[in-house]
Amino acid sequence: MLLLAVSIVISLSIGSAGISIRDVWGILLHQLPWLADQPVPYSSGEIAIVTQVRLSRIWLAVLVGACLALAGTGFQGVLRNPLADPYTLGVASGSSVGAAFIILFGLQAALGLWTIPLVAFATGTVTLLGVFWLSRDKGVMQIETLILSGVIIQSFLGAFVSFMVSLSEGVVNQILFWLMGSLAMRSWDNVYMLIPFLALGLPLLLVYGKSLNLFVLGERHAAHLGVRVERTKLIILISSTLLTAAAVSVSGVIGFVGLVVPHLIRLIVGPDYRLITPLSAIGGGIFVLWADTLARTALTPREIPLGVVTALIGAPFFAYLLHRRKLKTGGPL
Amino acid sequence: MIEAQDIVQTVQGRTVLNGLSCSFQKGRMYGVIGPNGVGKSTLLHLLSGVEQPKAGKVLLDGQRISAYPRKQLAKQMAVLQQSGLPPVGFSVREVVSMGRYPFQSWLGGDEQDADQIIDRALSDMGLGELANRKMDQLSGGERQRVALAKLMAQEPSIILLDEPTTYLDIGFQVQLLDTVRAWQQARDLTVIAVLHDLNLASLYCDELLVLHKGKVAAAGAPHDVLTSAIIEQVYETKTTIITHPATGVPQIMLQPNVNF
Repeated sequence: MLLLAVSIVISLSIGSAGISIRDVWGILLHQLPWLADQPVPYSSGEIAIVTQVRLSRIWLAVLVGACLALAGTGFQGVLRNPLADPYTLGVASGSSVGAAFIILFGLQAALGLWTIPLVAFATGTVTLLGVFWLSRDKGVMQIETLILSGVIIQSFLGAFVSFMVSLSEGVVNQILFWLMGSLAMRSWDNVYMLIPFLALGLPLLLVYGKSLNLFVLGERHAAHLGVRVERTKLIILISSTLLTAAAVSVSGVIGFVGLVVPHLIRLIVGPDYRLITPLSAIGGGIFVLWADTLARTALTPREIPLGVVTALIGAPFFAYLLHRRKLKTGGPL
Repeated sequence: MIEAQDIVQTVQGRTVLNGLSCSFQKGRMYGVIGPNGVGKSTLLHLLSGVEQPKAGKVLLDGQRISAYPRKQLAKQMAVLQQSGLPPVGFSVREVVSMGRYPFQSWLGGDEQDADQIIDRALSDMGLGELANRKMDQLSGGERQRVALAKLMAQEPSIILLDEPTTYLDIGFQVQLLDTVRAWQQARDLTVIAVLHDLNLASLYCDELLVLHKGKVAAAGAPHDVLTSAIIEQVYETKTTIITHPATGVPQIMLQPNVNF
């Protein structure tokens, strides 16, 4: 929590507009109602950059990170698959197909503000079912087969998104936005859109923390201890998919957050999901915030797509997990 | 009392149990025996309620087992699986305390005497010193003891054991069944154990059920069931039955079919 607060402060102070740290804080403090009467030493442009652009983007990064990391925690817990995350399972790509379709064909108004996340959720769910169907062999889901199916579907859907974008007047930028994820050019509206999803998903996953702990022992063990296995799985998979869809509809596909964060948290606090779940939400926020800060400042004034940064960190980590798993099981993958 | 009535069950399209009926009385230890693939584990899955039969019904105290809420069932019945517990990152104590899950509210609030129950289960299984060790640092035999301690913490009145001795050496096999038997008699529990080893089954069980061709081929006390004729009919091999010099129960001597 403290780390998150510190990260927000630092990230807020760094940026391409060249406003000094003191001024950033001056502007922020000025927003407090009881200080608003003081004379304004800053230009309205500077104020807009800090309060509209930077602050909203930072909150967006934190919330997107929390959503993705929570979704990853849920997927890993219920599938008992250390390699599962919204990206590797293809759910993120599935959601992006729905969201991109709606945006590129201008159908946003159909169901109001919630059109995009709901459609993203629907296509994400269908994708997840498709991945399960592909990987199921005599009722058993192998860990590696599941991920392989996820990767296949993900590349197929990724091509689909590229195709849709190239059909429209889309520029390369937009394609990149959907395939690699970005938080540029978003606003407070997007932040408000994420909050209800997080407010629903986080408590749900917290309540099921104890059941997820029993899942660690295996589905049968959990059932014998009194867990309603099918119902628990359904609820957790749905909330994880919902969180993914919400995150994807505002930020495009940002990979590996849900993979890296729960693992790091698990390394620190152990296997107890009652701790992993809330800490992953916070950790995810910190991770994406730093990745985004890096994305927008590293090559100023250019922006690196956020997904590029997370993939540069996440993919080697993924490889490391695969390698460790191979050592542990002693056999080929 | 648990009853199975006219059970039909298929596994991957193959009919394994076909019109099987049996019943298990309170306070007795039962052994389920039979050749590979005869449906011993399938029967146990049905009795535990995690699988539903294609036809027929399983009754617990006169009520269909599928009608019990999962948690309610877990308060009465505990299952020790063949595969044992996986080497996870939880500590021994954490795993044993999972046995109390059915007694907790949905928010995870613990009942008052949970710690005492867990402590007793740990010390009964000789796990006191390992309590804070992680499961992935234990041997297979130690993990099986943790599984049994978790079972004890669950305080069931019915215990189902699915080939509990498969991966254990003979020392641990005897230790495990000694523990179960002593516990069963002390608390008047019902134990139903699928056992591969006929001699162990004979040593520890009050009654044996022999499964053959989807039905119960024979049932009763070990000396009624373990006869050369029944064994040959079910396992298709000749054996000699002798009496255990210390306990008096029948023991089976295998017999090669070729002369050396």
